[in-house]
Amino acid sequence: MTQIVAATGNEAVANALRQVEPDVCAAYPITPQTELMQRFSSFVSDGKVKTELILVESEHSALSACIGAAAAGGRVATATSSQGLALMWEMLYIASGFRLPIVMAVVNRALSSPINIHCDHSDAMGARDSGWIQLWSENAQEAYDNTIQAFRVAEHMDIRLPVMICYDGFIISHSIERIEYLDDDVVKNFVGEYKPLYPLLDVDNPKSYGPLILPDLYMEVRRAHAEVYKNVAKVVLEVAEEFKKTSGRSYGLFESYRLDDAEIGIVILNSAAGTTKDVIDEYRDKGVKIGLLKPRLFRPFPYEEIGKALKHLKAVCVFDRADAFGGSFGPLYLDIATSLYHYRKKPVLINKIYGLGGRDYMPEHAEAVIEELIKIAKTGRVRSYKEYIGVRE
Amino acid sequence: MIGWKQIPPGMVILEAGSALKIKTGSWRAAYKPRWIEENCIQCLLCWLYCPDNAVKVEDGKRQDFDYEYCKGCGLCALECPGKKGNKAIVMEEEVR
Amino acid sequence: MVTPLNLKELSKKELRFTAGHRLCAGCAAPTVVKMILLAACDYPVVVASSTGCLEVSSCISTYTAWKVPWIHSAFENAAATLSGVESMYKALKKQGKIDKEIKFIAICGDGGTYDIGLQSLSGAMERWHDMLYVCYNNEAYMNTGIQRSGATPTYADTTTCPAGSVIPGKPQPRKDLTKIMAAHGIPYVAQAAPSHWPDLMKKVRKALEIPGPKFMNIFTPCNRGWRTRTDDAILLSRLAVDTCFWPLYEVEKGVVRVTYKPKEKKPIEEFLKLQGRFRHLFEPGREQLISELQRMIDENWERLLKEEEIFASKEEEKEEVVK
Repeated sequence: MTQIVAATGNEAVANALRQVEPDVCAAYPITPQTELMQRFSSFVSDGKVKTELILVESEHSALSACIGAAAAGGRVATATSSQGLALMWEMLYIASGFRLPIVMAVVNRALSSPINIHCDHSDAMGARDSGWIQLWSENAQEAYDNTIQAFRVAEHMDIRLPVMICYDGFIISHSIERIEYLDDDVVKNFVGEYKPLYPLLDVDNPKSYGPLILPDLYMEVRRAHAEVYKNVAKVVLEVAEEFKKTSGRSYGLFESYRLDDAEIGIVILNSAAGTTKDVIDEYRDKGVKIGLLKPRLFRPFPYEEIGKALKHLKAVCVFDRADAFGGSFGPLYLDIATSLYHYRKKPVLINKIYGLGGRDYMPEHAEAVIEELIKIAKTGRVRSYKEYIGVRE
Repeated sequence: MIGWKQIPPGMVILEAGSALKIKTGSWRAAYKPRWIEENCIQCLLCWLYCPDNAVKVEDGKRQDFDYEYCKGCGLCALECPGKKGNKAIVMEEEVR
Repeated sequence: MVTPLNLKELSKKELRFTAGHRLCAGCAAPTVVKMILLAACDYPVVVASSTGCLEVSSCISTYTAWKVPWIHSAFENAAATLSGVESMYKALKKQGKIDKEIKFIAICGDGGTYDIGLQSLSGAMERWHDMLYVCYNNEAYMNTGIQRSGATPTYADTTTCPAGSVIPGKPQPRKDLTKIMAAHGIPYVAQAAPSHWPDLMKKVRKALEIPGPKFMNIFTPCNRGWRTRTDDAILLSRLAVDTCFWPLYEVEKGVVRVTYKPKEKKPIEEFLKLQGRFRHLFEPGREQLISELQRMIDENWERLLKEEEIFASKEEEKEEVVK
């Protein structure tokens, strides 16, 4: 029995956390994440979960406490945004280096300066090489579903890595949508009993976490670590398959939308994919063969699968909701370009930076880009490989 | 040294006290302590103070030094109260 | 049964910090760790350390000197990390998955405590986690090569406040962290020194029996950083206490008690003269610097005794009311 509700993204993820009922959560307020942990705190105060909630004095301590709690040997979750994620930066690498299955909602928000509380992806993009698995979510339903699946992926014995669930600040976190909730016992059964690996609290078998590793061993430790990421895509798909059986909703490594017979395409993350799909439908009605690819598993990046899905296109625009100052292109563009690089025949690839600091992404932005892609596909001529859209001159 | 395939997840060390394999006695530069049993009042302060657990004690009774780990700092000799002004630990030049 | 705090009985207990660690010859840190773990010998403990000498030297490659569960994650966050471990313990105990009585101890240097880790320490204490946080205080960043910290005493020569021809070592007074921790209103705060080991071990014992957050600041001589002999860590610790440079006291539920009063307070020169880090103070023309240090120490000691007196008189009043 599923329950259909009208809820915000934060409310949905808070509800997922209530249903999963982690043993320990640590949290520190930051817009637009705050509401999520506020709601979860009410579940704790009202006795709806037995979770030990640690209300820390900073995000650095939030993740440090999560690291301690996960190493101790139980299920752990937290949430943050923007500056909070930036303050966690040091500990992100340690959480993944320790192979701790921490689940963290990242409610995407722009980074300072200038300070801004609205959506872009610069926070999570800055953390993309930290060794965390990243699952991106278009809407509240996906954020809810990804949260539940994240625990299974993180805690899988072939993985044991932390996972970020990314969804757009305010656009998704604070907008009310129609959401289907799974029953509490269905979620409990789906995530299952937590199985610890090397728990610190097993005092009869003392372990040491966090040794100093010098040049004689560091390469081996990092090489061993890199190997784990090869297992992730397979496990993400297995978990998604099982989730489909319980929920009826299917998930993959990415979503392909009208892509198979397409000649031009758009690659875009999170909520803006929804707007883009509507515009694509309009163009399809006009006979334009266009499709969309929306990455879900952004880290580890499924290069081969994404390359295969895009290689037949003539022109592709990659939308980045984060800039890469001093770099060549936006972060998503770079990974898409790498996925296609080894193919002899590949699409012309352009990059648009959009929506920074909560700047609206409108259907006309998508339309303009599609018109540009149609021209590129026809002529092979590119006006500009990287451009900012929706910005005043 | 182990290869990357032998690295445990998270580089967690599962063998408690494995540092005992590191014999720090090789650090001693010039001096080593010598225990003079007849001057020993069995106060066990040397056992307590030794930073390297290099004073062996069995059933509450002081035994000889564990030279495998003694770094030769001399702290035990300085703190030894001895018997009637005669130290039970003296530092002597190391003969190698 | 509680193991009595005498060395004969304690020597029969397992040493849960082993030899084979790579701390310098004559370092007082392993002795302090030994005393803490022996005082805690009747309990299973989990230890957290911040980055620093003790951490890098006790757990390298596949070798660990710890025979208790131990975690190091970073420099500034041992208190936060351990608060996570302790919270998981509470959660699992509540669920009936753990039945053991486990104690949680953080052992961190002064850099990781006074400076970069102060926020996470303050937060963990304010959140009332059931843990004992111990600062093994060697009064500078020794692991990175003897840089000044908030714990470095006035006029000490370090590599970042070197005694020069114009500036005679660290110009500022050290931070009184023990008082700052007492101001958190936590149930137990104490200063201790390894030369006075029964006092130190009694304080650890007492702290472990009190539920909630506890803090201990333990004087830990460093022969490399202080430029002293390798054999005089305990001697220096004794002199620090006897000169009142490092008073031994505790603050239990807000009540200050000086746990050791030297019969004869020694002049500070006796402590300073053995250490290279204070050698410049003995150069001609710098006599006033030593007098100034003496004045600071005297003032601090007098203030501490007055604080004790305030509480002592209140205790007497209470007793009178009871009578």
